Amino acid sequence: MAEAFKFELVSPERLLVSEQVESVVIPGAEGEMTVMAQHAPVMTTIKPGVVTIKTAGGKEERFVVFGGFADILPSGCTLLAESATHVNDIDRADLARRIQEAKEDAADAKDDESRSKAEQFLSQLTTLEGALLPA
Amino acid sequence: MASLKDLRNRIASVKATQKITKAMQMVAAAKLRRAQEAAEAARPYSERMGAVLANITQAIGGGGDAPALMTGTGRDDVHLLIVCTAERGLCGGFNSQIARLARDHIRRLLADGKQVKIICVGKKGYDILRRDYASMILERVDLREVKTLGFVNADAIARKVIHLFNEGGFDICTLFYSQFRSVISQIPTAQQIIPAGAAGSTAPEATSGGNAVYEYEPEPGEILSDLIPRNIAVQIFRALLENAAGEMGAKMSAMDNATRNAGDMINKLSITYNRQRQAQITKELIEIISGAEAL
Repeated sequence: MAEAFKFELVSPERLLVSEQVESVVIPGAEGEMTVMAQHAPVMTTIKPGVVTIKTAGGKEERFVVFGGFADILPSGCTLLAESATHVNDIDRADLARRIQEAKEDAADAKDDESRSKAEQFLSQLTTLEGALLPA
Repeated sequence: MASLKDLRNRIASVKATQKITKAMQMVAAAKLRRAQEAAEAARPYSERMGAVLANITQAIGGGGDAPALMTGTGRDDVHLLIVCTAERGLCGGFNSQIARLARDHIRRLLADGKQVKIICVGKKGYDILRRDYASMILERVDLREVKTLGFVNADAIARKVIHLFNEGGFDICTLFYSQFRSVISQIPTAQQIIPAGAAGSTAPEATSGGNAVYEYEPEPGEILSDLIPRNIAVQIFRALLENAAGEMGAKMSAMDNATRNAGDMINKLSITYNRQRQAQITKELIEIISGAEAL
């Protein structure tokens, strides 16, 4: 059995998860990454996506996050999410609203840089929606 | 002297008032607990955020690529004050304390020849500041419809502030709110949030892993430029939560006082009422007796 480490998922409203886990899959801004114990210290921004946790007990849990940061140390991992919900509790209307907002942002963007940023965010959101729909 | 009937009415009305204040006190107590829980639940995030921020600023080491939100514009001519107060009154000196602190600050800044802009969060602060500084108020954020304070509310305010900053609308931004110490003590506080440098002193020291060599993904500068706006939103969120808890605490003690005052008043009025009733009985007796003696 893999070594366990401490994982914390925090949103501004509350602390969602704080337990010993075997591995965590984080949707990093530059690609998904699986974090296990003794990982080298990394700090990364995360994009909207699904965080998959494998607890020390062997259970698997999935959370949807919308942007944030991950602070990874050999001793543990802290994920600061802008907003996080358990996959089972995700509100599809809310997701649709976010996508709508992102579309508006992309349409309203004044310069190329902010437009490409908004479009990137939008595509991340739609991928997320696609990943969740069959579930 | 008021007649017996007047006194009776008076007592009845004070009793009714006492019932209301008592009910308000109980409502405030229930809400206080919820607000306190919310404030406590939000604490881990802001603490970790502070730690991450400390780590990353250490990594960058005040290099040239720190975003302007952190270093400031290098001037301090235009000040933006975000004054957070409650939406409702009847909570003792809570709102006026915050407003007084803000007003003192404004007066000092104006005396130094600075320009002041104000964003009011909450109706009461707006009502107080409007009297003297109506022309400086840029905006009033209304949170009355909001039942449970969410991060989105704070984020919306932070976005406005950052937008204004990017347009060069101000140089320094200070947040006014009330720190929640206990039910009877709320401390009005001014906290500078832009540039963030000064606020960094309140951030906790880097975590135990602080001296570890971090790998950054993407570049530290990029992370930082994403992190700072979020940190501002978190600061505002925390201020709003503390305010919510403080307001309820202040309301609770104010209503407790009011209930006690009403009780005192009822006692006094009842004594007067009884005395007067007794006096009237005595008078009537005297009349009867002297009438009987005259026969």
